[in-house]
Amino acid sequence: MAGKTLFRKVWDAHEVRAADSGGPAILFVDLHLVHEVTSPQAFDGLRLAGRRVRRPDRTMSTVDHNVPTIGREKGITDDLSRAQVEALERNCKEFGIPLFSIRSNRQGIVHVIGPELGVTQPGMTIVCGDSHTSTHGAFGALAFGIGTSEVEHVLATQTLTQAMPKTMRINIDGETGLGVGAKDLILGTIGQIGVSGAQGYVIEYAGSAIRALSMEGRMTVCNMSIEGGGRAGMIAPDDTTYAWLEGRPAVPGDFQAAVEQWRTLPSDPGAVFDREVHVDAASLEPQVTWGTTPGMVAPISGRVPTPEQYDDAADRDGVRRALDYMGLKGGEAMEDIAIDTVFIGSCTNARLSDLRDAATVLRGKRVAPGIRAMVVPGSMQVKAQAEAEGLDRVFADAGFEWRDAGCSMCLAMNDDVLQPGERCASTSNRNFEGRQGKGGRTHLVSPPMAAAAAVAGHLVDVRSFDLDAAPAGVA
Amino acid sequence: MEPFRRVEGIICPLDRSDVDTDQIIPKQFLKRVERTGFGQFLFWDWRGEEGFSLDRPEYAGAPILVTGRNFGCGSSREHAPWALEDAGFRAVIAPSFADIFSNNCTKIGMVPVTLPEEDIREIMREATENPGCTAAVDLERKVVVTPGGREIPFEFDEVVRERLLNGWDDIALTLAHEDEITRYEAERERPGPVTTALTSLPGA
Repeated sequence: MAGKTLFRKVWDAHEVRAADSGGPAILFVDLHLVHEVTSPQAFDGLRLAGRRVRRPDRTMSTVDHNVPTIGREKGITDDLSRAQVEALERNCKEFGIPLFSIRSNRQGIVHVIGPELGVTQPGMTIVCGDSHTSTHGAFGALAFGIGTSEVEHVLATQTLTQAMPKTMRINIDGETGLGVGAKDLILGTIGQIGVSGAQGYVIEYAGSAIRALSMEGRMTVCNMSIEGGGRAGMIAPDDTTYAWLEGRPAVPGDFQAAVEQWRTLPSDPGAVFDREVHVDAASLEPQVTWGTTPGMVAPISGRVPTPEQYDDAADRDGVRRALDYMGLKGGEAMEDIAIDTVFIGSCTNARLSDLRDAATVLRGKRVAPGIRAMVVPGSMQVKAQAEAEGLDRVFADAGFEWRDAGCSMCLAMNDDVLQPGERCASTSNRNFEGRQGKGGRTHLVSPPMAAAAAVAGHLVDVRSFDLDAAPAGVA
Repeated sequence: MEPFRRVEGIICPLDRSDVDTDQIIPKQFLKRVERTGFGQFLFWDWRGEEGFSLDRPEYAGAPILVTGRNFGCGSSREHAPWALEDAGFRAVIAPSFADIFSNNCTKIGMVPVTLPEEDIREIMREATENPGCTAAVDLERKVVVTPGGREIPFEFDEVVRERLLNGWDDIALTLAHEDEITRYEAERERPGPVTTALTSLPGA
């Protein structure tokens, strides 16, 4: 009999009920993460039906999407935002759910604080009303985003009904060059498979380039699985995983016993995947998006494509529309694209190592005249750690704003918004039309590439900076 | 949830691929805590663009949308199907859908129908050339009836179809298996992490 995949081991361990003609499979949910934007209607639904939260001890919440990243002492001045945040506070109180509120020094982006607290562990099932829940798959958890109806379903039953997805292994092998990191690996992969390339699949990332990544890097990769259409992204746990988790507040008391258990999780040799994909890490340069989907991506030494380069009529239409929105003609050198805003933040790239990598590029330099640049740490703990290392001074001296934690300009629900026509080098995950503000133009990049763009005033190859002299950490 | 058996009416074309949920319902409208009223914000940033189909009076009241591949990609916001539903849509036909969006649709009684690209091109052409023409999505028989009267069969998950045809509440269906959940919790649930213990952390 063929071996089992990591995905299948986690699935089987959580199947309360297998699918049959009478109904779908029912999966137990080990951890349900809740935030202010996708939960209020779910709590209303519970109240209407007279239902309770089945397992508050398996549920955790924070505020991230909609909170200000500056001037918090004044409270939330936007009436609708404040009402939504207060609704979550009321709901958590009523149903007994732990909440890391805007006043907590452990508040942060839900996908940053889960791992940080150690509540994210190998072999778990984790869901959240947010598509970037795939981030937690970096620990060998099966983690995916759900809608509000499913949030209500999990609150009421601690389970989800699921159809069995297919499995895809993405093997990323080879040694990455200096200045090429996790963000470049995943952008390059999405460029290769397309934005719906993994539709219907749970991805397992494997290969030497994945093994070589830090946990932060693995989270960056898994985070953007949804941008390739994947249901979830997973990476088998290993010693890197266990070392990162050890000592965190919520990990098992008998940590070594847990590790022994976790060591049984990786896919068995001979496990069969429905699809295998190979990516050559050694050939990847720093990646930059030029269009309005994460799949519209090119190496920094490349040029913006023209519609005529595409064979498919729908592709040509999409590229034409994207270039028009982005204010590009096609054919420009990527490095010639001037920017006016830099955003370092989001659940993709706002962990401590991301900030270190960006700071390494910025040390002793200034952002170019006219550039608005901001750093929004992924959590208040990341912020505190960065300040303890003096990174806040590096950013401030370079001319960056140093903010409080939240989703911020990744989706621009709070006041951190691009104005029409503004062009941003952003470490976030989506370059959709209007994502960072109506008419705003987004180029997705890694943290070192964002820092380099801030200094240059245009997209630029971070490898042209003096990285050899930089302290270790630049990915 | 309202049962879905067959929906017939005007079919509105939206000839774009990779339409993401940020376009279907932009983020500034996600601050609302209500479940209804999102239809007025549907495709907010595209409204007023020259020739935008949903602005045209011929397509007013359409219950069926036909569109390009990978519809509903991006964010998991259920506000996207809520906005479509609130604007009167009951079914969307496309060559492919993003997983979470498709799932979210079926949870509220909206039907995402996947058809081959060439069938979509035919329906798109008919809907564009004869604005206001009608089509049908018949979930009972698993066919789309094109404006030209051709019947195209489609595949649909049988368990989900049964639920949609009957308008069953998903949570009630699962709670019918509550004893099995309780048994799982007693016998197989992994230990921890216990989130409620975390609120006693320093600074929490």
